[in-house]
Amino acid sequence: MSDDLERLQAALKMDASEIEETAKTRALLAGLESFDRVNQGIDQRSRPSAKASRFASPLQQGLKTMWTRITSRPFLLATTSLCTIALAVVITQQNRPLRLAPLGDVAPLASEGDIAAPKSVVVADERADGAALLKDKSVEESVVVQAPIAPAQDAAMASPDVAAVEGRLRSENAQTLAREAEKGLVTGRAVDSLAASGLAESMPSPSIVAQESDAELYRLQQDQPSGDVFDGAPVNPLKITAQEPVSTFAIDVDTASYSYVRSALLDGYRPQADAVRIEELVNYFDYTYPKPADTEVPFQPSVSVSATPWNPGTKLVHIAIQGFTADESERAPANLVFLIDTSGSMEDANKLPLLVQSFRLMLANLQPDDRIAIVTYAGSAGLVLEPTKVSDQRKILASLQNLSAGGSTAGAEGLQQAYGVAEDMAGDGSARVILATDGDFNVGIADPEELKNFIAAKRDTGVFLSVLGFGRGNYDDATMQVLAQNGNGQAAYIDTLAEAQKVLVEDVAATLVPIANDVKIQVEWNPATVAEYRLIGYETRALNREDFNNDRVDAGEIGSGHTVTALYEITLVGSSAVMTDDLRYESAAAAPETNFTSELGFLKLRYKLPGATTSQLIETPITPDRVDIAPQETAFAAAVAGFGELLRDNQAMGDWSHDDAQTLAQSARGEDTFGYRAEFIRLIGLAKAAQ
Amino acid sequence: MDDNDTNLAIEAAKGDRRAFERLLTRHYDRIYRVAYRVIGNRAEAQDVAQEVCAALPAKLKGFRGDAAFSTWLYRVVLNAGRDQLRRKAAQQRITSDWGNVQVLHRETDVQRMAELDWLNRALTRLSDELRETVALVLGEEMSHALAGQVLGLSEGTISWRMSEVRKALKLMAAEEARFA
Repeated sequence: MSDDLERLQAALKMDASEIEETAKTRALLAGLESFDRVNQGIDQRSRPSAKASRFASPLQQGLKTMWTRITSRPFLLATTSLCTIALAVVITQQNRPLRLAPLGDVAPLASEGDIAAPKSVVVADERADGAALLKDKSVEESVVVQAPIAPAQDAAMASPDVAAVEGRLRSENAQTLAREAEKGLVTGRAVDSLAASGLAESMPSPSIVAQESDAELYRLQQDQPSGDVFDGAPVNPLKITAQEPVSTFAIDVDTASYSYVRSALLDGYRPQADAVRIEELVNYFDYTYPKPADTEVPFQPSVSVSATPWNPGTKLVHIAIQGFTADESERAPANLVFLIDTSGSMEDANKLPLLVQSFRLMLANLQPDDRIAIVTYAGSAGLVLEPTKVSDQRKILASLQNLSAGGSTAGAEGLQQAYGVAEDMAGDGSARVILATDGDFNVGIADPEELKNFIAAKRDTGVFLSVLGFGRGNYDDATMQVLAQNGNGQAAYIDTLAEAQKVLVEDVAATLVPIANDVKIQVEWNPATVAEYRLIGYETRALNREDFNNDRVDAGEIGSGHTVTALYEITLVGSSAVMTDDLRYESAAAAPETNFTSELGFLKLRYKLPGATTSQLIETPITPDRVDIAPQETAFAAAVAGFGELLRDNQAMGDWSHDDAQTLAQSARGEDTFGYRAEFIRLIGLAKAAQ
Repeated sequence: MDDNDTNLAIEAAKGDRRAFERLLTRHYDRIYRVAYRVIGNRAEAQDVAQEVCAALPAKLKGFRGDAAFSTWLYRVVLNAGRDQLRRKAAQQRITSDWGNVQVLHRETDVQRMAELDWLNRALTRLSDELRETVALVLGEEMSHALAGQVLGLSEGTISWRMSEVRKALKLMAAEEARFA
């Protein structure tokens, strides 16, 4: 190619005019609207995204084929230089999280001694082999050999990841790692823990020339949102039944974590482990569970005991709740106050414009007598739309047109006004404030505790709060969770129009028609049959044992038609998978005699009917042969939970891989009317590629 | 990747909204980029890209999957770009801003500024056909054969067009040297 053409090409690239986000959103929405028009004739009854999406499986297949091809050695050797270039790109992507993710996770694992330590105390000789050994079962089995080591060193060695890191540091990759550390790619935590394990000294000096590929790597890293805040509760540890037989938690029907994870994976990187709340991943999906027989009891609890997909030595106990479906047209008119964050940061296409669009979708699905008001907050709070019946669509739509972002956030001011409006609307009934924000809570009530109390107090007067999260970058997940949990509401994270459809349209009935409040679950495990147990997820929902019977302790709500899923992984007495040794001095004391030698545990549920102040109790024994739930549903829930564990880098997963999760989910896809399960299966593929 | 696009496109044509949403999000940048390079005006290119997005659902019904989706999409975009240029020709030529004039004024890097200015002069000089070819071959880094497929021309014609581009640039350089 001549110099002139090269110059022209370079100039064209230089002029690669940045995409204007608002124009892009406009165009995408125009496309989708047009799509709905064009496809109206196909299926009149189907709502825009309610049609099952079948694209996931062919896509998935493509990805899998590609991956198999590029990882097979003959293919690598036989390629032309063109293929090699393509491959180099892929491998960069592959390597990036491999280098980083394990490093970033060293600290929590190491500090979480009680899970990590019994699992995998890796001895020095094995460390040399590094990553290769990770998948080797022999690592786990060769464990309990070591004599006590000094605490700091012990913690560092507890995780095979550290071993892998160490192994890699010794290899030629050491320089790369060091460079990354220097540029701040490796989190402070990880560097600290490296330092703690004495590895930092062995790092090469800073004077290594950065190569172009590293510049690219750096840029990619920079693209990752860094301002998002998660509270990162430590993973539920393994419990020994003899020591702590009772497990208590509040149900959770939030879905924010799933959308966040999906959004990260679609952007090509793994979400930070803290962002993954497994119970929210699992509860994102609808399951077919046994329905309540009559409306006396608002929901039906079911229990299934099955094999654990990732560990042949343990059992999976699946606890499911199916709420009855209330007739939507019979519900009392809803009073909704939208409190919309119009601060400058909401300007992005995936925030306010998406919210307005979502709002339109929802409007079409409310009852004519429902009333809506809109309050904005941006520097000063304002009532943009006075309480208006949904039948007056024109007025509501007109006020939506006028929403625009700009100004600084003063959340609480708007919050107080919204609650004021909601209380007026509620009268004797109830109302719901729906807060839409990117989480930038620059609140007037500065003290989070005070804010929490404000919301909780209003909840008792019949005004509830739900939180819709938008955008990424300064998304404050922890605050949103706290607010929604205290407001008897849901926290959802909306990243696409399709997600808005799910949250605001499909789930609207459930949110607007609560059928049971303060639902708590307590399981008492039987030490005679169950040696150890672990609740999967629900870390932020843990309750004290005594809270179960205390009706003043707030817990989760179930809406019309909601399903709730919880999973325990249990290890039976005598199983080879038992992690802990018997105590030398305790075995002398005989196990307590019981008449329930066949039972694994006892499930108790407490709930309040809407408006009631005292709770009802449902009890049922968990026996080893119970299979109330269709095995397909258990398999899918297990696939989702297992995938979540993989994202959290839980070492207990052993050599169970993304492929296993995918196969399991695929086998349990079922009818999948809305295509959510298909989407999930595709996400596993993306996670694999982003590894 | 093309394979995936093709499947998405076929599902979208059947009414799968998610497939369509994925497809649009994935390709918007490309649609806009090509439109911008052919038309030379940001606002107009945005409008054209939006038109393309809105027209795709109907057009997809005619997508048979016998060409790669991206090839097919480039054709759709180029056609929309031509329509726009025709409309514009009927009125009067709007000032182009390849190299983005507003950005140019703020540009502090003299070398960069000179290059973008040169780009603007070069593209203005090329005929619509040559500019389309440049957008595909240099902008989208397509082989001559592939660009030929998009434009419905032989590989040889594309190579000939590129040599015309080279000639035009040489001529421009010669002229500018004379005035300098």
